[in-house]
Amino acid sequence: MSDVAIVGIGMHEFGRHDGISGMDQGVTAVRRALADCGQQWSDMEFAVGGSMDAGAADTMVSRVGLTGLPFTNVVNGCATGGTALAQAVNTIESGAGDLGIAIGFDKHEKGAFRIKGPRGKDWYGGSGLALTTQFFGMKINRYMHEHGITRPTLAKVGAKAFRNGALNPMAWRRKPLSEEEVADSLMLSYPLTQYMFCSPGEGGVAMILCRADKAKQYTDRPIYLKAAAVRTRKFGSFEVLAPSIALEHDAGPTSAASKAAFEQAGIGPEDVDVAQLQDTEAGAEIMHMAENGFCEHGEQEQMLANGDTEINGRLPVNTDGGCLANGEPIGASGLRQVYENVLQLRGDAGERQVPNDPKVAYTHVYGAPGISGVTILSR
Amino acid sequence: MTTPIANPVAVADGIFTLNDGQPVLLGSRCTNCDNHMFPRQHGCPRCMFNEQVDVELATRGTLWTWTVQAFPPKAPPYLGPVGDDFEPFGVGYVELPGQLRVEARLTESDPEKLQIGMEMEIVPFVLGTDEDGNDVVTYAFAPVTQNGDQS
Ligand SMILES: [Zn+2]
Repeated sequence: MSDVAIVGIGMHEFGRHDGISGMDQGVTAVRRALADCGQQWSDMEFAVGGSMDAGAADTMVSRVGLTGLPFTNVVNGCATGGTALAQAVNTIESGAGDLGIAIGFDKHEKGAFRIKGPRGKDWYGGSGLALTTQFFGMKINRYMHEHGITRPTLAKVGAKAFRNGALNPMAWRRKPLSEEEVADSLMLSYPLTQYMFCSPGEGGVAMILCRADKAKQYTDRPIYLKAAAVRTRKFGSFEVLAPSIALEHDAGPTSAASKAAFEQAGIGPEDVDVAQLQDTEAGAEIMHMAENGFCEHGEQEQMLANGDTEINGRLPVNTDGGCLANGEPIGASGLRQVYENVLQLRGDAGERQVPNDPKVAYTHVYGAPGISGVTILSR
Repeated sequence: MTTPIANPVAVADGIFTLNDGQPVLLGSRCTNCDNHMFPRQHGCPRCMFNEQVDVELATRGTLWTWTVQAFPPKAPPYLGPVGDDFEPFGVGYVELPGQLRVEARLTESDPEKLQIGMEMEIVPFVLGTDEDGNDVVTYAFAPVTQNGDQS
């Protein structure tokens, strides 16, 4: 278990914000996080931050204050926010700083991500294979074949996301959609339809962390980081944007990061009260329920039918609407999940508050080219 | 059988050769652990050994998973038709026995006609024409019908 606490959180609304740069949104998140715990930028002993498309995070010091603090830029794909958080934890645990800030923000062009081929002349993109959406369609299609998940269950995940998003004032898409509307929307990459996919978006999140034994100096409601783990793919895992995959099978970086995080925290999946799981698309949420250890492969079909993952269910999943309702500003997405869990553990999640005083909360982020980050928080 | 393509140029060098009009994928095999790789590379991610030999990959296999690309990819990098000329296309991983699973376009794009486990064979696929009027060719996999021909 780590000796680090989260004492302040700040977010810039997710969505599309014409005329507001990604950096602007990061700066707003920083100011809100500082205000949340009554601190000044000059109190920060270190900063870690990143974005994929919105510039080097450290350049924001010209806006928030040239205090001379060490500022580390993190560029780690979809795990940028999770990695920033893990680095902040390491910095505090190593004794290099007692109070610091982790920042993630982004702003992407509209439509699917434009991706260059893996190497050499771009035969891969040229041939029409460089689309992350294809991977998600192919992974869930194989999974449905192996584990008996049906297409109506994919629609259930989408409808839940938009129902939860409608309760979240920071979410991008706040209009509830029925299972039929999700299922009948434009087919993008079989079996996944338009409303089963998240879109690249914009937003920013910042959080202030400190040594656990000093947390009460900054807030009367500290949230403790029991674990933060990042893992990359091993040989045999099936990952996004791979021209070929091995015949051997590995369970993938999500399972590895999840196991490491549970080990660090000294608890198991049965102890988790609320979870935010990477839902790049509806199928990903389903597969990640099992990969993170919350059920066996195939059990999701019955769990969704039971409503187990609803806000009032046995294991509420993606209570803020997830990537589906919030969009995916790559640099900020992993920290958004942590932000939501801090609200849930503080009891500040408003209309979407999980009942019965949740005590343990779990986040999982996944992205190209096969990287996963997991955190476990507790009150 | 495949219709001959008048002036084929491969989408890139080193990915496949055209053997009598049929693409043959160019892979590597690790001399230490027999792991197969595509495209060719040095350094084996399985055993970390750094000695590989060039191999040609199998031209037949079975469909391991698939999807249908229903919206036009961004161009660039995509070299095929976009806008009103775009047609949905299948994409899948084809398992080449004893070697690996290779990602490929599929000639079939109807979900009703694609099944995991079905037999597939490699074929050339014309993406478009270059400025010199040559046909830019990539590889694709086509379902194999009962009598052994591509459907
Ligand atoms: Zn090897």
